[in-house]
Amino acid sequence: MDSNLIINFLDNYIYYIGAFGLVFIGLLIILIKKNLIKVIIGLGILDTGVNLFLITVGYIKQGTAPIFSKPGLDPATMVDPVPQALVLTSIVIGVAILALALSLAIRLYRHYGTLNLRRIKEQRW
Amino acid sequence: MRIIVSIFLLVVIVLGITLALIAIPFDGSIGQVGGHYIENGIKETGATNIVTSVVLEYRGFDTLGEVTILFIAAIGLGAVLATGTKNKNGSKNITPASLIVYTGCRFLFPLIILFGFYVFVHGHLSPGGGFQGGAVIASAFVLIYMARRGRKLSMVPAKVMESLGGLVFVLVGLIGLAIGGQFLYNFLPLGVPNTLLSAGIIPIIYIAIGFKVGSELTGVIDNLIEES
Repeated sequence: MDSNLIINFLDNYIYYIGAFGLVFIGLLIILIKKNLIKVIIGLGILDTGVNLFLITVGYIKQGTAPIFSKPGLDPATMVDPVPQALVLTSIVIGVAILALALSLAIRLYRHYGTLNLRRIKEQRW
Repeated sequence: MRIIVSIFLLVVIVLGITLALIAIPFDGSIGQVGGHYIENGIKETGATNIVTSVVLEYRGFDTLGEVTILFIAAIGLGAVLATGTKNKNGSKNITPASLIVYTGCRFLFPLIILFGFYVFVHGHLSPGGGFQGGAVIASAFVLIYMARRGRKLSMVPAKVMESLGGLVFVLVGLIGLAIGGQFLYNFLPLGVPNTLLSAGIIPIIYIAIGFKVGSELTGVIDNLIEES
C-alpha cells in the first residue's frame, strides 16, 4: 500500500520533480562554482529545466505530437501545441544568451588572464 | 559558509516555486487556445504541423522578435570580441586534422547540408523548421573548421544570406499588411494539406528563417573559433 502510494505520487509528479531538480542544480552551480565556464554551463542547465517544465504543462498521457502527418489521427489525443511553440522561442533565446555569455567570458579571460571568479576583484561577492 | 547560505537560499526558492506551481495538474486537458489551434489549424493555415502554424501564423510577430533577438546577440558577440587588429598571419598555420577526420568531414558535409535543407523545407509538414534546419547547417560548418584548424572561410556570403533572410521575412509580412490588412496575413492559396506546396506563406518564411539562422550561427562559430 505504501509503495503503491509512492509510485502513484511519482507517476503524477515525476516530470515536475525532474524539471525543478534541473532548475535547482543550475542555480546551485551558478551560485557556488568558481570557474566562469562552469557558471555558464549552469545557466544552460537552468534553461533546460525551465523548458522541460513548460513542455510538461502541455503534456497529455499517451498523447501524440500535434502534427497531422497521416489520416486518422485523433485531435483529442494531441498534446498542447502552444507550450511547444513557446519553448521553440525559448531555446533560440537560450542559444543567444549562451553565445553572448561565452564571448564575455573570452573577453574577461583576455583582460584578467583568469576565469576564476574569486581572483577577479570586481566579480567577487 | 557561502555554500550553506547558497543551498539554504535555493531550497527556499525551489520549494516556494514548487508549492506554487504543483497545483497545475499534470496530464490535464489542453487549454482553450491550444484546443482551438488543433481543431482549426489545418483549415485556417493549411499547415499540418500545428506547432509551425502557431509559430509562424498565429504568433508570427513573436517569431520576428525572436529572430531579432538572435540577430542582436550575433552582433553583440562580434562587437564584444572585435579587437580591431586583423590577424594577418592566420592563414599560414593551417593544421589539417588526421586523414580519417578530414575524409569523414568531406564525405559528411554535403549530406548534412542536404539534411538541413530537408528539415526546413518540410517545416510545415513534419517535425522541424527553420530554426532546427539552420542549426543543422551550422553544424556542417563546424565540421569544416574541425577538419582544418586555422582555416578561414569568407563570411561575406553568410552576411548576404542573413540580410536577405531577414528582408524576405519582413517583406512578406508587409505585403500581407498591404493586401489583407494585418501583418503576416496569409495572402497565398493554402493548397492541399500534406503536400509540399501548401500553407501559403509559411514555407517561404521558414526557408528565409532557415537561411538566416544557419548563416547567423555559422558567423557566431566563426567569431568564437577565430578568437580562441
